[in-house]
Amino acid sequence: MDAKTFDIDEVQNIFKNVEQKPGSKKPDPIILAKKVVRKFGGLTAVDVDHLEIQRGSITALIGPNGAGKSTFFNLLTSFDQADDGKWFFNKEDITKISPNKLAQKGLVRTFQLTKALSRLSVLDNARLGAKNQIGESLFAALFKPLWIKRELEVTKQAEDTLAQFNLLEKKSDFAGSLSGGQRKLLEMARALMLKPEMIMLDEPMAGVNPALKQSLLGHIKNIRKKGTTVLFVEHDMDMVHDISDWVIVMAQGKIIAEGPPSLVMKNSDVIDAYLGSHHKTFLTEDGKSLATDET
Amino acid sequence: MDIVFVLEQALTQSIGIQAIIYCLAAAGLNIQFGYTGLLNFGQVAFMIVGGYSIAATVLSFGGSFWTALVVGIISSLILSLILGLPTLRLRADYLAIVTIATSEILRLVVRSVALREWFGGVNGLNGKFAAQFYALNPYQSGIGIGPINFSQNDSWVVTVGWILVAIVILITFLLTRSPWGRILKGIREDEEAIRSLGKSVYWYKMQALMLGGVMGTLAGFIFAIASQSVQPDSYVPDVTFFAYTILLLGGAARVFGPVVGSIIFWFLLVFIGQTLDQTISAGYIPFLTSTQVGPIRFIFVGIGLMCLIIFRPQGIFGDRKELALDGR
Repeated sequence: MDAKTFDIDEVQNIFKNVEQKPGSKKPDPIILAKKVVRKFGGLTAVDVDHLEIQRGSITALIGPNGAGKSTFFNLLTSFDQADDGKWFFNKEDITKISPNKLAQKGLVRTFQLTKALSRLSVLDNARLGAKNQIGESLFAALFKPLWIKRELEVTKQAEDTLAQFNLLEKKSDFAGSLSGGQRKLLEMARALMLKPEMIMLDEPMAGVNPALKQSLLGHIKNIRKKGTTVLFVEHDMDMVHDISDWVIVMAQGKIIAEGPPSLVMKNSDVIDAYLGSHHKTFLTEDGKSLATDET
Repeated sequence: MDIVFVLEQALTQSIGIQAIIYCLAAAGLNIQFGYTGLLNFGQVAFMIVGGYSIAATVLSFGGSFWTALVVGIISSLILSLILGLPTLRLRADYLAIVTIATSEILRLVVRSVALREWFGGVNGLNGKFAAQFYALNPYQSGIGIGPINFSQNDSWVVTVGWILVAIVILITFLLTRSPWGRILKGIREDEEAIRSLGKSVYWYKMQALMLGGVMGTLAGFIFAIASQSVQPDSYVPDVTFFAYTILLLGGAARVFGPVVGSIIFWFLLVFIGQTLDQTISAGYIPFLTSTQVGPIRFIFVGIGLMCLIIFRPQGIFGDRKELALDGR
């Protein structure tokens, strides 16, 4: 994992020289995608010509419902298969890699519909995230002395991570008994147990109450501070405004705009995509009403 | 009516050879279905592999009994691979379809005329193929504990059988408290989540299928050894479903579920059967004949199972709170 950490000024400096147009070049891209196409029958869900994600940044991927954001997420993480295109993580071709190998290489994702493992305890959910567990092989699992040392380390790491997300007092509860917002937190905590180089969050704020939202924003900023690149899909414009360094806008499967959050929202193409071409309303004023579920 | 005799019979059967066979088969299903969520509806296929491996290796190919055991385990692993390779990448229901079909295909293959030379066709294979096993029998006569009595040979099978059960249960216990078991339970809850955490779900499902399959093969071994014969038509799909009944009765994903489930299942089955038999022959139930007892006792078992699902869906050891949590 890249030990380098980032502060906000530094990242914003990086973006100073980046062109504000779709598919612009970044100085140090962690993700590079070329000509990614995914068709569902006659519908072209994703048609991304060129995309780069800057290392160490928080990048938001926004767009109206049905823009292909989640599909694009699934393609990048191999949970869906593309019809065409190539994409790279740390300059390595990950087009045909399996999702589990990709996670081991340091690109971890969460899901739009939270996947908490209901009938496992919160602690077990977190412990599942840890890498290099000896006890996960069938023969070593039979002999506790072989894996107990690593298990204690993993438990310590899990408890520390859960504590950061205010879930430690729930550690022996079943994950299925958590609220929707807490499940989002648990899923994020579990993903961070892998110590990823980059984390992709699919709608981290959906169904989270406003009080929890603030702490979640803090968590995401913290993740970046520790050197992890963040890419997230979100409908909540306040959140996009608040924490992202760079915003990529998708509509009808294509990237239509890129830029810093304050400017990209004023882009006429973006406003047209969201509200239709005759609308002149400023997007953030109306952001909440756009926050609908796309399931 | 002789209630003492009925109870004696029921107690004997509840720890007898049938109980051991079904306990082993259910223990395999416990790993596959209880912990991993794999719907294997063809556990009896693994029993066919176990039974016929012993009988055919010894009687048709002239191998020793011990070679036959190795052949059985290896064949069982190969069967798991054949079942798992195409289906484990797909949704859970596909494995269910493929396994139930495979169990019937295997049964029809071993009973086919074309392969009669090796598998004996409809008559199966009969002969002293487990002689090397019985040669090790330390018992001079049958053993009896209170009202429970076994013949000399059965005593030896029951002893070895329960030792096997103990080993299988110990392995289940050791594995399910380990990080390996944690991954299986995670796969049962949501395999995509486990995949996103960097674990090879496919490989873990294959391991669970193999492990559970070997346990089913052990059940097939005991089945064949106890009667020194294999009959194709005793390996019908019903066997798998009785094993599921036992698993659910004891409680799925509970270490001791299969043991307790099997003991209770066989106690009740024999108790009901014997009671009916006695009351009919004493003339208390004039509209039934004793030949009808066989099917009727399963009607009672069915009613009992329905009551179980309605009033205690988690089984004997299960936790109702856990069941109430919706998986997805």
